[in-house]
Amino acid sequence: MENLILAIETSCDETAASVIRNGNEILSNVVASQIDSQKRFGGVVPEIASRHHVEQITVVIEEALEKASIVPSDLDAVAVTEGPGLVGALLIGINAAKAFAFAHGLPIIGVHHIAGHIYASALVEPMKFPLLALVVSGGHTELIYMKEHGSFEVIGETRDDAAGEAYDKVARVLNLPYPGGPHIDRMAHEAKKGVDFPRAWLEDTYDFSFSGLKSAVINYKHNLEQRGQSIVPEEVAKGFQDSVVEVLTTKTIKAAKELGVKQVIVAGGVSANRGLRESLSKALEQEGIPFTAPPLSLCTDNAAMIGACAAYMFEAGVRSDLSMNGLPGKELKSWSNTDDKLR
Amino acid sequence: MIWLGIETSNAPLSVAIVRDGEVLSEIVQNTKSTHSVTCMPTIEEVFRKTNLKPVDIDAVAVSEGPGSYTGLRIGVTIAKTLSWTLKKPLVGISSLKVLASNVELFDGIICTMFDARRKNVYAAVYKGKELKTIIPEHHGSLEELLQQLKEYQETIMFVGSDVKKFKEEIQSVLGEQAKFAPPSLNLPRASKLIELAEKEPLPTLEMVHSFVPKYHRLAEAEANWLKAHQKEQKG
Repeated sequence: MENLILAIETSCDETAASVIRNGNEILSNVVASQIDSQKRFGGVVPEIASRHHVEQITVVIEEALEKASIVPSDLDAVAVTEGPGLVGALLIGINAAKAFAFAHGLPIIGVHHIAGHIYASALVEPMKFPLLALVVSGGHTELIYMKEHGSFEVIGETRDDAAGEAYDKVARVLNLPYPGGPHIDRMAHEAKKGVDFPRAWLEDTYDFSFSGLKSAVINYKHNLEQRGQSIVPEEVAKGFQDSVVEVLTTKTIKAAKELGVKQVIVAGGVSANRGLRESLSKALEQEGIPFTAPPLSLCTDNAAMIGACAAYMFEAGVRSDLSMNGLPGKELKSWSNTDDKLR
Repeated sequence: MIWLGIETSNAPLSVAIVRDGEVLSEIVQNTKSTHSVTCMPTIEEVFRKTNLKPVDIDAVAVSEGPGSYTGLRIGVTIAKTLSWTLKKPLVGISSLKVLASNVELFDGIICTMFDARRKNVYAAVYKGKELKTIIPEHHGSLEELLQQLKEYQETIMFVGSDVKKFKEEIQSVLGEQAKFAPPSLNLPRASKLIELAEKEPLPTLEMVHSFVPKYHRLAEAEANWLKAHQKEQKG
């Protein structure tokens, strides 16, 4: 595979651009984070996110091209996150990508954000099929089976809160600054013991549920406070994280064994979580299944992963056009031609 | 000198290419279609119709606000990306002034406005012929604006597709003093945008990166945060 792709990602609160060669080599990977602005509000405010994207977009794309030492005529295509995400935020990346592609007569490729997260692993090592991807982020908790490149089957997903959403909500209960995930992870590692919170196993399904756990944390805090006692935040953090990690790990291992996959990938912002990585890595080693966890810089939102995914789409002949719109609820569809039913 | 003009500040869409003051091609539409879907294909269309390539243009003009936040961002993002990557200067013009220029020959006072909801408007007031600004573009209550206008004791021409929503209220305050532009003049035209842009000095290319829409309003969360923060500082 030989191609050179400029990728743009603005689905949430990071303005990102990257140049990717042949789907596996990062020539540049620029991310302008809005975290300093958004933490004032304890979360991402869509209107603020959109405003920051307009301020940053051309600066970020220019930096990505300069760092990669390429000019527009070197490129084969422009790729951009089409969805899912915040619609107003998506529209900035999409319209910048379309304008850039039009100015230089380049084809444009709309990429699914979650497919991008999975393809972050292709920047680390070649993907081995069939594979299983656990995607965990602020907006997603999904188990996805891939028979080959471009084939996606969601075999399990959250029925309520995404794992990252639960982290953010529990962080708020513990009065931790936004984003709360890294703080809970750190505190969980400092605690000697954890509070015993329930696990939502949901029998005979690969689906997940985290809202009950979140409520259990809130109730635990209220009950202690009513008795005039206070919680030990580290113990709550550990108890919460242990519950999330155990359910995610157990379901992933079960699916990996049942489907006979040759590789397990963890992707998305929450895959930066140390507790989750350690647990998955240990359990998969015991089962003898290869495990890939991309470096932290490729787990949080970035454009390199969009470029990696687009490289394979480009080879398969997938193209969008100048009427591309932002799709906040875009479905993860396969682009490979073969039947994507299991077995 | 070849200009590309882009106007997406509110529901109508307009794109034009003007060469040395001559309009080569212009599209004006008011179909309530999504700018994100239609703007780039419309730009492609005016280039195709004029047999020009993107590199042929010398400058880009864009309607910079006020208006719909999303609409403004789509036009400005496309304009600044084209301007930056083609290395051509970008000129921003008030979307209220673009609309006023539709009736610039009117010898009286011109008021352009967009609905900002909750009985508020984005509005500006100009003197006809020269389009001299009398009341600068702002966000405020319709009632206050009408009281201000009443004092001029001159005929006032109201322009804009949102004006019909406020017609009763305008007439109840201003009576015969108020005149209304015909519907064909209520749509902004990218060719008029370019005419106004041609009168402005061309900014340097370095200015493109920092170009942002003029929203004339803080995001709600930002406004609330500032309010709380100022209280904190006062103690």
